[in-house]
Amino acid sequence: MPADPNSPASTPQAVIRNFCIIAHIDHGKSTLADRMLGLTGVVEQRAMREQYLDRMDIERERGITIKAQAVRLPWKVEGVDYTLNMIDTPGHVDFTYEVSRSLAACEGAVLLVDSAQGIEAQTLANLYLAMADDLTIIPVLNKIDLPAADPDRYAAELAGLLGCDPADVLRVSGKTGAGVAALLDRIVREVPAPTGDPDAPTRAMIFDSVYDTYRGVVTYVRVVDGGLKARDRITMMSTRATHELLEIGVISPEPKAMKGLGAGEVGYLITGVKDVRRSRVGDTVTGAARQATTSLGGYRDPKPMVYSGLYPIDGSDYPDLRDALERLQLNDAALSFEPETSVALGFGFRCGFLGLLHLEIVRERLERESDLDLISTAPNVVYTVTMEDGTSTTVTNPSEFPEGKIREVREPVVRATVIAPSEYIGTIMELCQERRGVLQSMDYLSEERVEIRYTLPLGEIIFDFFDALKSRTRGYGSLDYETIGDQAADLVKVDILLQGEKVDAFSAVVHKDEAYAYGVRLTDKLRQLIPRQQFEVPIQAAIGSRVIARETIRALRKDVLAKCYGGDISRKRKLLEKQKEGKKRMKTIGRVEVPQEAFIAALGTYDEPQAKGKK
Amino acid sequence: MAFGVYVHVPFCATRCGYCDFVTYALGEWGGATLEGYVEAALGEIGLARRVLGGGSQVNTVSHVDTVSQANPVFHVDTVFFGGGTPTMLRPEALVRLLDGIRDAWGLADDAEVTAEANPDSVTGETLARLAGAGFTRVSLGMQSAVGSVLATLDRTHGPENVTRAVEGARAAGLDVSLDLIYGTPGEGLSEWRETVAAALVLAPDHVSAYSLVIEPATRMGAALARGEIAPVDPDLQAEMYEAADEAFASAGYDWYEVSNWAREGHRCRHNLGYWTGGDWWGVGPGAHSHLGAGEGRPATRWWNVKHPLEYGERIASGASPEEGREALSGEQSRIEAVMLGVRLREGLDAAALPEAARDALPALAGDGLIDEAALGEGRLVLTRRGRLLADVVVRALT
Ligand SMILES: Nc1nc2c(ncn2[C@@H]2O[C@H](COP(=O)(O)OP(=O)(O)OP(=O)(O)O)[C@@H](O)[C@H]2O)c(=O)[nH]1
Ligand SMILES: C[S@@+](CC[C@H](N)C(=O)[O-])C[C@H]1O[C@@H](n2cnc3c(N)ncnc32)[C@H](O)[C@@H]1O
Ligand code: SF4
Ligand SMILES: [Mg+2]
Repeated sequence: MPADPNSPASTPQAVIRNFCIIAHIDHGKSTLADRMLGLTGVVEQRAMREQYLDRMDIERERGITIKAQAVRLPWKVEGVDYTLNMIDTPGHVDFTYEVSRSLAACEGAVLLVDSAQGIEAQTLANLYLAMADDLTIIPVLNKIDLPAADPDRYAAELAGLLGCDPADVLRVSGKTGAGVAALLDRIVREVPAPTGDPDAPTRAMIFDSVYDTYRGVVTYVRVVDGGLKARDRITMMSTRATHELLEIGVISPEPKAMKGLGAGEVGYLITGVKDVRRSRVGDTVTGAARQATTSLGGYRDPKPMVYSGLYPIDGSDYPDLRDALERLQLNDAALSFEPETSVALGFGFRCGFLGLLHLEIVRERLERESDLDLISTAPNVVYTVTMEDGTSTTVTNPSEFPEGKIREVREPVVRATVIAPSEYIGTIMELCQERRGVLQSMDYLSEERVEIRYTLPLGEIIFDFFDALKSRTRGYGSLDYETIGDQAADLVKVDILLQGEKVDAFSAVVHKDEAYAYGVRLTDKLRQLIPRQQFEVPIQAAIGSRVIARETIRALRKDVLAKCYGGDISRKRKLLEKQKEGKKRMKTIGRVEVPQEAFIAALGTYDEPQAKGKK
Repeated sequence: MAFGVYVHVPFCATRCGYCDFVTYALGEWGGATLEGYVEAALGEIGLARRVLGGGSQVNTVSHVDTVSQANPVFHVDTVFFGGGTPTMLRPEALVRLLDGIRDAWGLADDAEVTAEANPDSVTGETLARLAGAGFTRVSLGMQSAVGSVLATLDRTHGPENVTRAVEGARAAGLDVSLDLIYGTPGEGLSEWRETVAAALVLAPDHVSAYSLVIEPATRMGAALARGEIAPVDPDLQAEMYEAADEAFASAGYDWYEVSNWAREGHRCRHNLGYWTGGDWWGVGPGAHSHLGAGEGRPATRWWNVKHPLEYGERIASGASPEEGREALSGEQSRIEAVMLGVRLREGLDAAALPEAARDALPALAGDGLIDEAALGEGRLVLTRRGRLLADVVVRALT
C-alpha cells in the first residue's frame, strides 16, 4: 500500500473531499468502490476481490450491501495530493437509515444509475435525502459496458431530474474501470472541501458504532471542528460521559491507528466502552477539557416497521436466543426485542425490524452465528387501538389486539413511489387500488417512464406487494416507500381456533374485507398440515366469537403396526422410539398435537414470497 | 419359563412384491444351496446347545459368553419354522432339523411345532410326513381368496391350493392356521369380506390377519414411489379390521393379539413367547434371538448375518453367525413389555405401570381406547378401537 502523503491529523481541509455513493439496489455502488480502491492503490491487485467492502458473509452470499463502509483514499489531481473519504452505502429500502447517516458525514454524493435500467425508486429516495442535506450531487451512469446500456436515454432522464445538461452526466463502468479516474478527478473539483473550524472546541459526529469482540466498541466519526488525538479525554455530549481515547485511526481499507484526526476528516475511535448504546450514532463527541456548547444535529433512531415473534424450536435454547439477540443488537440499533410468551410456541421474543429483508437477515444471523433453530411468526405492522372508553393500546403482537368495544384502529401509512415503463400504469394502479392505495401524483420521467406516488397502508405493501409489482410489470417496476403517519382503518383481528382453543401464534390483524379470505386460506392450510389425531379436530377462523371459516381434520382410525414382525422386536421398539422423538417436537394445543413443521409451514406463507430476494 | 427355538429358512420360489423379510428367491441365492443351509443350521443348533446347555466347550463362543451356563437343563416347548418358505426344504430336511433340536435339548411332551408353508408348496404327503415326525401345526400363507388380490400380491397359488393344503393338514392331524393380508391396492371391503368368509369356511384353528405394509425397499414400495399404485388407505384398513374382527368373533375365534385370533386352546404359544418376554434361540440367516436378564447379565437380543453363504461360512469356520446385538436397559425392557403386552388380550397389569402411564389411563378410557370394565379390575385391555390405535396407546404409556 502506498504511503498516504497526507497524514491524518495534519491534513488541511482544503485537500479533503468527503463523499458517498448512493443508488438504487444493485446499480453497482460496491463494484464502483472496488475500482476506486484499486485506482487509488489502497488495495493491491492481487488482494482485490469483488465487492471488497461487503465483508459480512451474509452480504457476500446475497450479493447486497447491508452496512455502509467508509474508506480513506489518496488521489492526486494536477500535482496536488488530495484525501478522499468514500462511503459505500446499501441500496435496499430496509437500510435507508444507513444512507442517511452516511450523508451526514459528507459534502458530496455520487448518484449512480445503472445505464441499462435508468432511474429507479431508491435512486429518487436517496437523491432526495442527499438534497435535503444540501450535498453536491454528481450524476453518474454506470455499467456502460453492458450491451443493453442506453446511456444517452438515461443521461437525458437524469438531466431532466436534476436540471443539468445531459453532457454533465459522467459515464463509467465499475466492471472495466472505464471513466472511474475521471470520476475521481471530478469529485475533487466539484465536491466542496469541509469548512469546519479547526481551532474551535472539538465536535465530531458519530455516524456508526460497531461492537467488535476483540476491540470493544469501534465508533466511526466525522470530525467537524477542532481535532482529536490519541490519549485525549473525550465527552459524549448527550450523556456527558467521559472516556479516554485508547485508539484513533482511519480505515484504508483496514483500520490503521494514527496520531489523531483533524477537522474535516473521517475515521474511527476506540474508548474501551463495551456497549454501543454508550457511543450512540448521532451523538457528538467533544473534548473533555475544552467542551463545545452546541452539539451537531443528530439523527432520529430508526423505528421498527415490522414485528415478528422469534421462538427457539427447542425451548431450552431460550437463554441462548436472548444472548444472541443482545449481541446482534450491539451492532444493529434498528433491531428491538422484548420477551413474550406464546401458548403455542412457548418463550420467545417479539422483535421489531426495518422490513422483511432485515427480519430475514437477523434471523439468518441468529441461526448461523449462534447455531439456533428458530420459528418466526407472521410479520405484522404496529397498530394503535382506541377503545370506546378512550384508553388506547399499541399493538405489536396481533394476539394482544384488544377485545371489546373498539372506537378506532389506526395503522401506519407510507408514501410509496413506483417507477415503471408507462405501459404498466393501468396495472400498477389496479394493484395499488387492491391494496387500499390512494393516488397522490404521477410524473413522466421521460416519454416512456413514469413515477407514480401513492399513499398505502404499510401493512399492505410490506409483505408481497413488491413481488406482485415485479410480476405485473415484468420486472421493470421499482418501489420505494417511507412512513408518513397513520390512518384509521377498518381492521379486525382474526383468530384461529383448534378444537375451540385459540392458537395465539396464528392471530392476524387484517382488513375487514380480507378477513374471510384469510380465514379460509389459513384453516385450509392447517387442515393439510396438522396430522390426524385419534379424535376429530375442528379448525375455525373467527372474528371475536363469530366463526368465519371452518375445516375439520377427520379422526384417525388406525395407528398400529399390524404386520407380522416375528422376532424382530428391536426394529419395532426403534420405530416407537422414533415416533416418540417426533412427539417431542410437537406442541400440544388443548389436546391437539401439532408438529413444529406445521407451524413453520403455516407461518411460512407470509414471509416466503419476497424475503429471500432483494429489492 | 418356556423356551422356544425359531428356525429361519430364507428361501422362496419367487419373491412377492410386498415382502421385505430375509429371504432369497430362486436365482438370487448366489451359490447357496439348501443342503448347505441345512448343515449350517444344524451347526448352529449344536452351537446353541453348547452355549445354553452347559458343558466344557461353552466359553469358546464369544457372542453368547454372557449367558454361558445360564440354565443347564433346557427342554424346548415350542419350535417354529418360519421364512421365507420353510417348505422349500424337502420334508426330510425339516425333520432332520427338528431331530437336531430334539437331540440337543429334548422336546417337551406337549411341544408346539409349527411350519410355515405356502399353500402351493405342500402336498398331503409332505404334511403327513411332517406330522409323523413331530410337527403339530402348519401356518398357511393364504393371504386372500380373491384371484385379483393374489395376483397383485404376486402370489403363485390359487384359492384351490389353500383348500387342498388345509384338507391335507387335517388328514395328517395338524393344527391349521391361516395368514391373511388386508388393504392390498385394489382390494375393496367386499373382496376382503369374501376372503374372511372363505377362510372361515376352511374352519382353521387359528387366523392371523395383517394389514399390508408397503415397505420402501420392495418392488411394491418402488411402484408406490413412482405413483403406479395408490397408497393404502388407513381408514379402509380400519374398516377391514373391524369387519374381520366381527366375523372371527362370531365364528368362535377370539382375538388374543392385535393381529391374531384363535379357537379356544389354539393360540400360538411360540408367538406368545415373543410377546411375553420369553426366551428363544433363532437359528438361521437373519434370525433374531432373545434371552431375558439373568444373573450378572442384561436382557439381550441378537440377530444373525442375513446371507446364507456368509452364514454358512461363519458356522463352518466355527465363528459366531451373530451380526449385531443389543443389551436392553431396564427401561428398554419395560418399554418393550408395554409395547408388546398391550397388544394382548390379557393386557397389562395397570398397577405395575409407572405413575405417568397410570395418569394417562382415565383419558385413554374416556377416549374409548381401553376397556373401562377391565380397568376397574386393574387390567389395561384394548378395546377394538384401541387395538386399531394401539401405537397411540403405547406412546401415551411410554
Ligand atoms: N456489466 C457490469 N456489471 C456491473 C457493473 N457494476 C456492477 N455490476 C454488477 O451489478 C451487480 C450489483 O453490483 P454491486 O456492486 O453489488 O451493486 P450495489 O449497488 O453495491 O448493490 P447493493 O449494495 O445491494 O445496493 C453485480 O452483479 C455486479 O457484478 C458494471 O459496470 N458493468
Ligand atoms: C414370514 S411371512 C412368510 C410366510 C410365507 N412365506 C407366505 O408368504 O405364505 C408371514 C406372513 O407375513 C405376512 N406379510 C408378509 N409381508 C407383509 C407385508 N409387507 N405387510 C403385511 N403382512 C405381510 C404374510 O401374511 C405372510 O404370510
Ligand atoms: S412367499 Fe412369503 S416369505 Fe416368500 S417372498 Fe412371499 S411373502 Fe415373503
Ligand atoms: Mg453494495
